[in-house]
Amino acid sequence: MSSTLVNRPATPEPREITTKPRPSDIFFRGVLTTMSLSSLLILTLIGLFLSFRGYQAFKTQGFHFLTAYDWNASTDAGQKDVFGLGAMIIGTLVISTVALLIGVPLSVLTALFLTFYAPEKIKKSLITIVDLMASFPSILYGLWGFIVLMPMAEYWAKLIHKYLGWIPVFSVPQPAFTRSPFIAGLVLAIMIIPIVTSVSREIFGQTPLDRIQAAYALGATRWAMIKAVVLPFGASGVVGGAMLGLGRALGETVAVYSVLNIVFKANWHVLYGFGGNIASMIVQKWGEASLSESKALLAAGFVLFVMTLLVNLLANFIVRRTIKSGR
Amino acid sequence: MTPVDGFENSNKNNQDGEDMSINTANQPSGLANVAAKHAAQKQPGNAPLGSGLEARGIHAWFGKHHALENVSLDFAAGTVTALIGPSGCGKSTFIRTLNRMHEFIPSAAMAGEVLLDGKDIYEPGTDVTKIRLQIGMVFQKPNPFPSMTIGENVLSGLKLAQIKSNINKDDLLEECLTRSGLWSEVKDRLGAHAGGLSGGQQQRLCIARSLAVNPKVLLMDEPCSALDPGSTLRIEDTIGQLAQTMTIIIVTHNMQQAARVSDYTAFFLSDGGPGQLVEVGPTNEMFSRPKDERTENYVSGRFG
Amino acid sequence: MTTLTATRVEPQKPWKTTPKQAIPNFLMLGLALIATIVVVAVTPMKGKLAYAFLFFVFGTSFQMFLTWRKRGKAAAVDTFAGSVMMTGGILVFLPVASLLWTTIAKGFKGLGLHVFTQTMATTSYSDPLSKGGLLHAIIGTLYLILIATVISLPLSLLTALYLTEIKGRASGFIQFLVQAMSGVPSVVAGVFIYAAILLSTHLRGSTFIGALPLAILMIPTVTRTSQEVLNLVPNELREAGLALGATQWKTVATIVVPAARSGLITAVILGVARIAGETAPLLFTLGTTDKVNWNPFVGGQNALPYYVWSGLRDGTEGGVQRAWTGILVLLIVVLSLFVTARVFGNRKAKR
Repeated sequence: MSSTLVNRPATPEPREITTKPRPSDIFFRGVLTTMSLSSLLILTLIGLFLSFRGYQAFKTQGFHFLTAYDWNASTDAGQKDVFGLGAMIIGTLVISTVALLIGVPLSVLTALFLTFYAPEKIKKSLITIVDLMASFPSILYGLWGFIVLMPMAEYWAKLIHKYLGWIPVFSVPQPAFTRSPFIAGLVLAIMIIPIVTSVSREIFGQTPLDRIQAAYALGATRWAMIKAVVLPFGASGVVGGAMLGLGRALGETVAVYSVLNIVFKANWHVLYGFGGNIASMIVQKWGEASLSESKALLAAGFVLFVMTLLVNLLANFIVRRTIKSGR
Repeated sequence: MTPVDGFENSNKNNQDGEDMSINTANQPSGLANVAAKHAAQKQPGNAPLGSGLEARGIHAWFGKHHALENVSLDFAAGTVTALIGPSGCGKSTFIRTLNRMHEFIPSAAMAGEVLLDGKDIYEPGTDVTKIRLQIGMVFQKPNPFPSMTIGENVLSGLKLAQIKSNINKDDLLEECLTRSGLWSEVKDRLGAHAGGLSGGQQQRLCIARSLAVNPKVLLMDEPCSALDPGSTLRIEDTIGQLAQTMTIIIVTHNMQQAARVSDYTAFFLSDGGPGQLVEVGPTNEMFSRPKDERTENYVSGRFG
Repeated sequence: MTTLTATRVEPQKPWKTTPKQAIPNFLMLGLALIATIVVVAVTPMKGKLAYAFLFFVFGTSFQMFLTWRKRGKAAAVDTFAGSVMMTGGILVFLPVASLLWTTIAKGFKGLGLHVFTQTMATTSYSDPLSKGGLLHAIIGTLYLILIATVISLPLSLLTALYLTEIKGRASGFIQFLVQAMSGVPSVVAGVFIYAAILLSTHLRGSTFIGALPLAILMIPTVTRTSQEVLNLVPNELREAGLALGATQWKTVATIVVPAARSGLITAVILGVARIAGETAPLLFTLGTTDKVNWNPFVGGQNALPYYVWSGLRDGTEGGVQRAWTGILVLLIVVLSLFVTARVFGNRKAKR
């Protein structure tokens, strides 16, 4: 018995396990891999074609394509075209900011309400309604925004101007309040609420129960608990959700086009009746575009593609990280 | 104390309460000795009058499921009471009815009364947040708030309940951490985040946090079951100190722990139906000559 | 203290607010209403907005006052927060209600049997509503859905299978790509197809071309949902197949995919719902027509979203009315798809 204690055999190396792959399986793997990479292919093609076709525009305009404010397709043969996206980029930023400023707080409040305040019996129905909201076509928002929301929004804009018009961004050169970036931002806010609410609700629902109970056991009210435990936990997730909403708002076309008076000039005055974003501008100029102008429009599409891609990737990264770390 | 019908054990004990029977199979290994030692060492405290808790006819339901049946227990001021029993017999449910945490579960319902200071805490119109300030709770898994520093964690109860206190915050901080036995270890890093502490330290931090709002009663739901033995013993010392000024009720799976720290022990059991209180009595009696056969079977290790 | 014997004890919830306890709250709300009416009558503040705003301010502050007196500062703050939450929720559900209500109310006026049997071939948008219809748009939408599904389903399914069955080294990358694709705006997809196909060849807009950007938009949705559904298939099934000596692809094809069948159908339905209402890409790729066009490769096509868009752009009363009717039909289609997907998904989960 004792000798085995002294002379222990060495632990063997793990064996390499291989199998002869069957042809059908090789084929199977091959097909799946190829088809999956098709999404890479599509994305690359999108980027390639848009930049390729739009390349000329970039070449002739240079960096000014992004910053210049004029968009003049020249009709004379000898004149140079001047295309500059600047005004539309500003327009995109203005409308998106309004949408975020209105939409995100409302979404967070709704998500908190649904998670912590709503009575059990109606909670499920309310959540279903919010999810259904996400399925409404954008043209519906456009039509509704134009017919129903516009008169009300115009009234509110006048009110804002009356009391807060001394703030530069709320001033208007002339009293034209209809079809303004404010209204477009309002419609976009309503459009992004479902997605931001949904993401926020998921995050809030994952708040660790033991921390919630610890707060209550200390005599906290519901709001005190939310402020001390839920909000610090979910803050970064909400940011991710807001960025997803932003990604949606950046690319929104028909809703903006229906509601906003698309004019190619930079407009900081949120209440003043014109503006645009890249997507709607592309649509507006499309019909009568000359060849070189179409190329510039394609380049604009490329810019939009890159913008939304970056925002969405960042957003997904943030959301994924919050859910995983469970902080 | 309300004993439930049982029958007398054949008395095998000598006058000191030690079991002299020869049959060692019946003998809980030294539990009775430990309990006797604790009883002998107990100092009279100065727990405020009225910090006793009385539970009368408590029933608890989760939807249709009857989880707890007719539990009546009195907890005298300045005592430590251990709740023991096998898993699933309703101890945690019971303790959660004592500080009104039971009602957080949407399907929860209850019956009976819990009197603090003679007043039923379930009286309609009672402000439940004030109740929880007087009846504190420490949980099984340490749960300091990760977004706050150590100092902020201890004082978080004051902030959450918006208590305006004229007491100097630093003094209160030091006092609570000292009482929970953590002061010497963290006094130089009160601004550090709570996540960097060990499990035992975090639990003592949670105890300090509960103390800051000056509760009359402290409920502890298996506070040491997630900790190493060293931290466990330290916390048990703390419990002994705390009992001088408040009433403590501790749920524990560890009978040795119950014997070490508690003055009274209550044994819960469920026979597949709702959990019931089988027997309650002074700890050294419960472990040496329990009145109910079921209690004896449990403390001698025959089941559970 | 007696032990209860035979009396049955009833479960109670003493923490729930009884109607009697809620009386002071109702009183406060009533006071707030009075205060609102008074202020509106006396000051220049007018209109629905004034009523709503004032009621919120008065209602909340009176409730807060009540809570402060009874329970202290923390409780008052909690009351305020609760009030804000509820208001936020109401503010969010109001537009939804309005959207649904307006669509139904306005769209209903233009409905009639002729709407589903006629096209706009001989009618203009401003003609009276009893003439013309959206048959061509419905057929166009159905066609687009069909072609887009045929194109995107194989790609999506195979990608999902790669991610769940093979889990190769490229999985992380492909997952990332699918995510990236889901963020592509519909207008970019339309412009891309235009640049890639219409500019480079002599092709003109047609149903097939119009379905291409829709397929691009569909792929991420269908892939993601299929992935979730395939992951739900218990591993035991796969192991059973392999243990019987089947190859991987046979296991997947004959066991895994059929097991996930209803979930995959749900995934497709969700994808279809996503694209059924898309307008922007069609503007670049569809061409247009007022008649029914059965040829997917030649000649323009119409679709419900495009029909609505044309009505809106027409601007006349008749045009806008047709737009509402079209939107009503479209909304019914989209909502039915979603409800079907939900019911289907739930039924599968129960099994």
